[in-house]
Amino acid sequence: MTPELALTAALAVPLLGAALIALAGRAPRLRETATLATAAALLACVLTLLPAVLAGGRPEAVLFELLPGLQIAMRVEPLGMLFALIASGLWIVNSIYSIGYMRGNQELRQTRFYICFALALAATIGIAFAASLFTLFLFYEALTLVTYPLVTHHGSDAARRGGRVYLGLLLSTSTVFLLPALVFVWFLAGTTDFTPGGLLAGRLGHNELAALLAITVFGIGKAALMPFHRWLPAAMVAPTPVSALLHAVAVVKAGVFSVVKVIVYIFGIDNLATAGIGGAADWLIVVAGFTIVAASVVALSADNLKRRLAYSTVSQLAYIVMSAALLLPLSVIGAVLHIAAHAVGKITLFFAAGSIYTAAHKTEVSQLDGIGRRMPWTMGAFTIGALSMIGLPPAAGFVSKWYMLSGAMAAQHWLAVLVIVGSTLLNAAYFLPIVYRAFFVAPALDAHDQPHGEAPLPMVIALTLTAAATVLLFFMPEVPLALARQMLAGG
Amino acid sequence: MSVAAHLPALQVVLPLLAAPLTVLLRRPGLAYAVAVAASWCTLAIAAALAMQVAGSGVVSYAIGNWPAPIGIEYRVDALSSFMLLLVSGMASVVLPYARASIEREIPAPQHYLFYTMFLLCVAGLLGISITGDAFNIFVFLEISSLSTYVLIALGRDRRALVAAYQYLIMGTIGATFIVIGIGLLYLMTGTLNLADMGLRIGAVSGTRPVLAALAFLTVGVSLKLALFPLHHWLPNAYAYAPSAVSAFLAATATKVAVYVLLRFYFGVFGESQVFGRLPMAQMMLVLALAGMFVASTVAIFQTDLKRLFAYSSVSQIGYIILGLSYDSATGLTASIVHLFNHGITKGAVFLLLGIVVASVGGVTLLRVQGLGRLMPWTSAGIVLAGLSLIGVPGTAGFVTKWYLVLAALEKDQWWLAFLIVLSSLLSLVYVWRFVEAAYFREPRKDLVPARVPPSMALPAAVLVAAVIVFGLDTTYTVDPALRAAEMLLGRAR
Repeated sequence: MTPELALTAALAVPLLGAALIALAGRAPRLRETATLATAAALLACVLTLLPAVLAGGRPEAVLFELLPGLQIAMRVEPLGMLFALIASGLWIVNSIYSIGYMRGNQELRQTRFYICFALALAATIGIAFAASLFTLFLFYEALTLVTYPLVTHHGSDAARRGGRVYLGLLLSTSTVFLLPALVFVWFLAGTTDFTPGGLLAGRLGHNELAALLAITVFGIGKAALMPFHRWLPAAMVAPTPVSALLHAVAVVKAGVFSVVKVIVYIFGIDNLATAGIGGAADWLIVVAGFTIVAASVVALSADNLKRRLAYSTVSQLAYIVMSAALLLPLSVIGAVLHIAAHAVGKITLFFAAGSIYTAAHKTEVSQLDGIGRRMPWTMGAFTIGALSMIGLPPAAGFVSKWYMLSGAMAAQHWLAVLVIVGSTLLNAAYFLPIVYRAFFVAPALDAHDQPHGEAPLPMVIALTLTAAATVLLFFMPEVPLALARQMLAGG
Repeated sequence: MSVAAHLPALQVVLPLLAAPLTVLLRRPGLAYAVAVAASWCTLAIAAALAMQVAGSGVVSYAIGNWPAPIGIEYRVDALSSFMLLLVSGMASVVLPYARASIEREIPAPQHYLFYTMFLLCVAGLLGISITGDAFNIFVFLEISSLSTYVLIALGRDRRALVAAYQYLIMGTIGATFIVIGIGLLYLMTGTLNLADMGLRIGAVSGTRPVLAALAFLTVGVSLKLALFPLHHWLPNAYAYAPSAVSAFLAATATKVAVYVLLRFYFGVFGESQVFGRLPMAQMMLVLALAGMFVASTVAIFQTDLKRLFAYSSVSQIGYIILGLSYDSATGLTASIVHLFNHGITKGAVFLLLGIVVASVGGVTLLRVQGLGRLMPWTSAGIVLAGLSLIGVPGTAGFVTKWYLVLAALEKDQWWLAFLIVLSSLLSLVYVWRFVEAAYFREPRKDLVPARVPPSMALPAAVLVAAVIVFGLDTTYTVDPALRAAEMLLGRAR
């Protein structure tokens, strides 16, 4: 398969998969087979692209031409390659997990669930491989819309309210801020193509650049930068596999990925760094730093496990934004690595939360006393995920945090250093007690407590796999590192 | 002369003659066949004319061989060809749909009259778009208006009569204003040919009668196109008319009125007179913005979906007028392309609502509860068309929004760009009222949706598909609109 063909196939496979799942809707086994087969086919397509990209190739494909100079086109560059790898790789694991979860909890409307999941992956691949800001915007909006039925899957009033916040915040930020920014970029440059070195290099002064960066970054609501982060905790009404893949991987990573991508390819790192005194992205460091600390503080006081994870995600995403805004090669590499590290770590944590819910029907942190004895695999994986969030070895989070911290020090940005160090303590403060409770506190005697063991096997397999990946990424961060270096070298 | 040379005349004459033919045939089935055949022929003619225009620029046709300033000239240029395609295209989609729809909504003895009036309305709208003569515009306007009043009154709800009456009064005032305006122009220039008028008006520009003519025409046409705050006839008319009529009117009638405004502003009075000397741009801008926000807000609080989308039409007309008020090529392109994009979008919405009416008996928010499960395809279609109203990328509505924002940025008006996107969020709210009713509520137990024939489903599906296709490929919408905009501005300079 040539890289160009693989690129088109990567977009077409999940769409075809969605159609297959729809056709197989009445036969659950067939439907689940179709999901797994689609996920495997997608990963195969993405993996076919990897050697070509590592060798410096940039496969391209044009789908439509909307207006002159405004094409819906795909182009694989290192950062997108990494994002696509993460998303498609974790989709397989997530599908295995979903099968266990959806059956274990006897969820309704499973066909719709799997269809929307496949469509969401198609949109994510579209975002990853977008050749222009315009194409990215198109798939970005599509991702919001196809994930809405997933978020509101239960159809209850709570789901409807959560869905309102989700859709309302994501669509209003992208419409009110990102769309004008996009039109303005087109107006300035006559194109919105991602260009190594920055499309806007030398086109705008310091203040204009800072203003445009502001509406672009706040327009990417999926990055959950405060004050536009409310959709993430609201979206936790979704079934856990949705929270896991979409709110640890696809949707939120689409957000930070887009932020890094516009900073590197639209604004240009050097362009931002040299525009006037202090760089045009200084304010962003402050906003992101505030988000990191504030979200951690909220997470500290959240008793609901998924809510705690959601705020931890808000905080971890802001690490990525802050490091990208530091505009140094080291810190940008850290940001890119953290996209990968946080994805595998956080999906493990969500998987664990979901399997606790499925096996023990528990949702609150305070109920978890002694659960590690009954669910050793789940809580073992949770521990690894928690270590990765804190940034301790042997978990992937250590590597990315190392780069981010070195970047902040190299930039001599002491505020950023302080934020990273301080929030590491906060992360430890809200994750370690869970681990402690699970393994070292004796289970409370509860009349309603029924005996339970581990979660269904597919779920345990899935969370073991992601935990293993978290450790693996600590020992072998070569591929993400190589991709990040290539991107900086002018990919 | 071959038939090809007479295409401009045939464009109007064909539906005009088919109309009495349906009366003579009387049998609903035959009348239906004649009407559909006539509408498809007009579409073919419009397509042929569009090709001629693309090849040779302007096609001019002298009715009865009387040459231009004296006789009536039919003149097809980029803009009128665009409108001819829109009107005849919508008629070709709506008429096949109409039969099954009116069988459920109109008493059988009136069926053939429905086709008669529909064809007359089509003839009138096509006539307005093709003629190059000011008084002829008025004549065709009356033909289309009178037939529209009848079509609205055919609605099965008795409130349709009041709605038709309301529209009759407002429409007649509008038509009177228009004819006064045309009379004043004739008085000052001594000609009724639009092109000729445009040449001669320079000598009398700025005189009081010309300004009075401008005022009369503006108010008169604004009534017809339902510019805020002259829109009060529209929600009732759309809500109580038969579904096929709502779809056709929403897609074409107000759009043709906008065309008349464009013709007079840019073709006759000239850009410098309308926008240079008078604060027309500012006035239009304020009214457009007010319409966008007020009408959308009112739409949010409607409980009847037809009324909801009718108010949405008023706000979308605001977009069109906003584009006009920029007085720039990009802004005009946005306006003209939105005539088409909004036409197909709203046409799709009302056709789908007609299917809902035929199937569950009504379109109040209470009645469409759980519709997502009862009628998954129809609901999905309404959501898709709704996304186009919001302007989500990948739909036709996005193309317009893109150009409107671009035009605002070209003039360095950031605040306006933000207002445009903010107002599109209001449409998100009213579209989501449908989504939440259809997908988050249980269907009523006693509700068994009736099956709908493919003759209704297919036209609706065609329009929904068009909403997506023209959102992804704009070769056939933006390019002609851009040409039309440049022509309008080039002529004025």
